[in-house]
Amino acid sequence: MTEFHLSTPLKKEELEQLSTGDVVYLTGTVLTARDEAHARILELAGKGEKLPFDLEGAAIYHCGPLMQQKDERWEVVAAGPTTSARMSKMTPQLLDNYNVTVLIGKGGMDNVAGSLKGKCVYLAFTGGCAALAAENIREVETVHWPDLGMPEAVWVLKVENFGPLIVGIDAKGNDLFAKIEERARNVFSGLR
Amino acid sequence: MAADISYDTVVNSVVEILKKAQTGLPQDVTDALRRAASQESTDIAREQIEAILRNIDIASRKQVPICQDTGILIFFVEIGREAKIDFDLEAAIIEGAKIATETIPLRPNAVDPLTRHNTGTNTGNGIPDIKYEFVEGDRIRITAAPKGAGSENMSAIKMFNPTEADRIHEFVLETVLKAGGKPCPPIIVGIGIGGSFDKAARLSKLALLEDTDKMDDLEASLLEDINALGIGPMGLGGDTTALAVHIKKACCHTASLPVAVNIQCWANRHASVILGGGK
Repeated sequence: MTEFHLSTPLKKEELEQLSTGDVVYLTGTVLTARDEAHARILELAGKGEKLPFDLEGAAIYHCGPLMQQKDERWEVVAAGPTTSARMSKMTPQLLDNYNVTVLIGKGGMDNVAGSLKGKCVYLAFTGGCAALAAENIREVETVHWPDLGMPEAVWVLKVENFGPLIVGIDAKGNDLFAKIEERARNVFSGLR
Repeated sequence: MAADISYDTVVNSVVEILKKAQTGLPQDVTDALRRAASQESTDIAREQIEAILRNIDIASRKQVPICQDTGILIFFVEIGREAKIDFDLEAAIIEGAKIATETIPLRPNAVDPLTRHNTGTNTGNGIPDIKYEFVEGDRIRITAAPKGAGSENMSAIKMFNPTEADRIHEFVLETVLKAGGKPCPPIIVGIGIGGSFDKAARLSKLALLEDTDKMDDLEASLLEDINALGIGPMGLGGDTTALAVHIKKACCHTASLPVAVNIQCWANRHASVILGGGK
């Protein structure tokens, strides 16, 4: 369990040194995207259309923040992670089309370790810790697709020492959540 | 003579209890989390709960919601048989929900189930979800219990055969196993046994309002097995998968055995107000 302080975009060697269970504090830019944003990204990718934001080397945060507008500026009130597993099915296609290097969320993802291998890590932020997360978000840069509604829009956030994030799935094919789940399934078989 | 309960009192009280529920946790839940942090044997698990406790402190200090998922708004209303209500109680609760959404603020979460259009106010067709019950006395008690989707999505219901009561334990464990780290463990497990298809679900939700520490032998034995699964805080492994298990029962048809399992994240938010009744 090693602690890393990293900046976006992550370099390939930084990605490769991370192992499941390591702790990361992230500084730089993250884009929020959950169900509806993923669906729209993939729809546009399918049509070969350009996105209004750049996903090259991007860090995507599975988060539907609670925002407040003050004098035309958006401020973060609370912005913890949402359940990443809902994005499991759309993630391989997302990674096929765009060079996203970091996914941040909570609860783990189903069967994506193969798709992440060699190019992306999944970092887990403590679920429900929205006030804690908001403290490390310095600025709301902009918002895309506000028509999707506050939780589903793509918010571009500047973060500083955002964490603690636990490496849940590393770029070497290891999945901490899957390991814990397998152990739990074995215990369950013994208890039933 | 009961003190007057007015439309405005209800509106203001609803805003107040929503603010209280969203920005702080009941003491029994925070105490249980503190105990869990001190008992965890691995660094990762302990740090997850410590982050949760830091988050609770920040939310309380800054008076902001604990979690950005401020939930769908659910209210349990107990109406004293002798309480005098000469106004539209439901309209007052809905207005309180709208005001709270703007002033606390709350994330607008209510959408049309098919078009997914967000109403923007946390109110709309069938939302907030308000359940009324008549009780003795001349007071009204309103409980706000906002419910996030992460844990709600992991809940389950099963219509067992009447002779299958011995399979309930396995069903509960299986539901928790399938949920894994998704519902933000440490969770609280509410179980409704009996009633009907919908009554079992309602009982399981009411069970979440029970005092975290008060468990009977059956509930405690379920908790022990759930924690033996080792899913741990946030599904990252550890000793505390659940803080509590609560069961509520009701008579059911001789040919049925409905069982509902309502999963609640660690942020077991709820707050109540009692109105009227002054002599």
